[in-house]
Amino acid sequence: MSDRKIQMVDAPAGLEGQGFFATSLDSLVGLARANSLWPLPFATSCCGIEFMATMAAHYDIARFGSERLSFSARQADVLMVMGTIAKKMAPVVKQVYLQMAEPRWVLAVGACASSGGIFDTYSVLQGIDRIIPVDVYVPGCPPRPEQILDGFMQIQELAKSESTRRRQTPEYKELLASYGIE
Amino acid sequence: MSEVALVANPNVGIAKPQESNKKYVNELTTLNLGPTHPATHGIFQNILTMDGETIVDSEQTVGYIHRAFEKIAERRPLYQITTLTDRMNYCSSPINNMGWHMTVEKLLGIEVPKRAQYIRVIMMELARIADHIVCNSILAVDTGALTGFLYVMQWREHIYEIYEEVCGARLTTNMGRFGGMERDLSKEAIRKINVLLDEFPKSLLEFEGLVKRNRIFMDRTTDVGAISAERALNYGFTGPNLRAAGVDYDVRAMNPYSSYEDFEFEVPVGTKGDTYDRFLVRGEEMWQSLNIIRQALNNLPEGSYHADAPHYYLPKKQDVYHNMEALIYHFKIVMGEIDAPVGEVYHSVEGANGELGFYLVSDGGRAPYRLKFRRPCFIYYQAFPEMIVGSTLSDAIVTMSSMNVIAGELDV
Amino acid sequence: MTNEQIAQDLLSQFGEEKIFGIVENYGLLNVTTTTETIVPLLHYLYQHPVFKFQFLTDLGGIHFPDAKGQELGVIYHLHSLENNVRLIVKLHVPIDAPDVPTLTGLYATANWMEREAFDFYGINFVGHPNLIRILNVEDMDYFPMRKEYPLEDATREDKIDALFGR
Ligand code: SF4
Repeated sequence: MSDRKIQMVDAPAGLEGQGFFATSLDSLVGLARANSLWPLPFATSCCGIEFMATMAAHYDIARFGSERLSFSARQADVLMVMGTIAKKMAPVVKQVYLQMAEPRWVLAVGACASSGGIFDTYSVLQGIDRIIPVDVYVPGCPPRPEQILDGFMQIQELAKSESTRRRQTPEYKELLASYGIE
Repeated sequence: MSEVALVANPNVGIAKPQESNKKYVNELTTLNLGPTHPATHGIFQNILTMDGETIVDSEQTVGYIHRAFEKIAERRPLYQITTLTDRMNYCSSPINNMGWHMTVEKLLGIEVPKRAQYIRVIMMELARIADHIVCNSILAVDTGALTGFLYVMQWREHIYEIYEEVCGARLTTNMGRFGGMERDLSKEAIRKINVLLDEFPKSLLEFEGLVKRNRIFMDRTTDVGAISAERALNYGFTGPNLRAAGVDYDVRAMNPYSSYEDFEFEVPVGTKGDTYDRFLVRGEEMWQSLNIIRQALNNLPEGSYHADAPHYYLPKKQDVYHNMEALIYHFKIVMGEIDAPVGEVYHSVEGANGELGFYLVSDGGRAPYRLKFRRPCFIYYQAFPEMIVGSTLSDAIVTMSSMNVIAGELDV
Repeated sequence: MTNEQIAQDLLSQFGEEKIFGIVENYGLLNVTTTTETIVPLLHYLYQHPVFKFQFLTDLGGIHFPDAKGQELGVIYHLHSLENNVRLIVKLHVPIDAPDVPTLTGLYATANWMEREAFDFYGINFVGHPNLIRILNVEDMDYFPMRKEYPLEDATREDKIDALFGR
């Protein structure tokens, strides 16, 4: 291990001079956020088992600053919905989402969470984007752990580039209102 | 006709064995455990009535991932149902796949060659190991020991690599076909299985060394969530949970399928039916499974890896391009145009959690008229309140994880 | 203990009006009975000194829309663990009065199985302690496994007929 160089995160764009570095607050906050996202694993079925693999030693989600799984919605940043969401479960997902504090991101892992997957049936919710806004979709049934990690890195990208005021914008408010969320 | 007396059987009824006019120490509180709770490893709700730390009553709600498998099955050709079975007990998909294939083969009257049967046995036992690894190591995690989990999880990853070698998928395997396997065991697969046979016992020993006689673990699990053999039978328990209570019922031994009669293995049983016994039974079953895999691999018969059943067995891709007959069969099978014969079959296999049964009613159409899955989880989970009433909340958590309730199988 | 012996014994005990439809499917004995007989029959099999059918493997509903007066069915899978023999018992009820006596008095496991059959097919198990839906949402107003109800989710708009042949 010792001969391997430690990878540092690239500094955001900014002004550099002797003894100082100036950048916007947005990118600084984004940088900090993106590398310590706390996921809330909402694992219901098969895809949740692949998340277990993602979490374990082999794939190790800790490399992305997310080893701290937040089972409490209040402290979580990313809601990872993995697995089939039945209509009976839908209100629960929504409630968990509502309990999360802004800024919050949602990752829909697997075909079921994204679109209902192979279950076009009367009892399955046809994608969680019918009840809550989703930021990143990960395809696959189940997606491989690498794919889940890739989806997670997309969320990191979003977190990095998000302006601090985005959540106050009328567009965002309108989006939430379209889901009936105040 | 002589009248049959409805004698009250001592084991009969659903009344919970608890004292009636018991005095509660504290005011009763209600605690909502689930449907999504980090300690439940699945999606089901328990509304517990608590007297301080003691559970007085529990009410369960299930169905949070009900996906209407049985209804879907009535609209799909037989071979597409394999994909559904993957998603039942997703910790051990190959057992479900093979069980379904054997059910259909029974209906169609296909004789599977010995080699294919042995390969199936190997895959099923690998799946059993993968499932028990998860159950036992998570039980250790729930009692506070995370390290063991990381030790054995890498072997589950290795088993997934073997699956990939055999069928291309990791979790939802869709492995095999009606009549055999889709391809022979490759050299690489055999090498990987041999690595598992040589190396996994070391990890398993390490894991057992950490946990098995660990004072904390034993205190947390012995006499916790016990159920008697009579109650377990009355509740329809099967698999490791029933064997932990002391009943040596194993479908592999009792109604051997897929050449299980060729192998030497023992059926471990417990005595008390508590959480510790369930842990031990699963642990010993992993050793037995390794044993079976070793025997099957060493005595792997020569011959074909699939039956000669062109109506149901998808032809090779090369043949489809060069051979008219193969092309026609390929088209018919893929489009689901092959009708199944009329009949009713029940076939069961020993799933990782117990007797996994398929009751297939065919009316001669392309899809089953009715397909009923006997899911062991669904059947034994209803005994959970009875097992935890009177114990503390933390005991209820370890009881649940030692029962290995898989939501996908519970709700289908 | 062979299938013929079981069939003979049941016939002599209950008579031909109560036990009929005796067939063997792939080595598995099937008998059909009536709603009045089902509870005495299963108690009899439970207490039989030789047969000892003391394990209820499974219980499920079935729907035959074309069989007038016998639309719904219940299928019981019994297993005698001591003799390693299985037995299937069936019964049929009309869809307007789908009343079947409950088995919860004999098998604790019948509780959820019957709730499932009620949830899917609307079979009313008389005497069941808690006959409510188990898998589907509580406010569902139909029995989804009956043949006339569609499988698909009705709210999807992206699956147009031209693509999916619906
Ligand atoms: S997408 Fe596939 S693997 Fe994931 S939960 Fe759905 S059925 Fe299971």
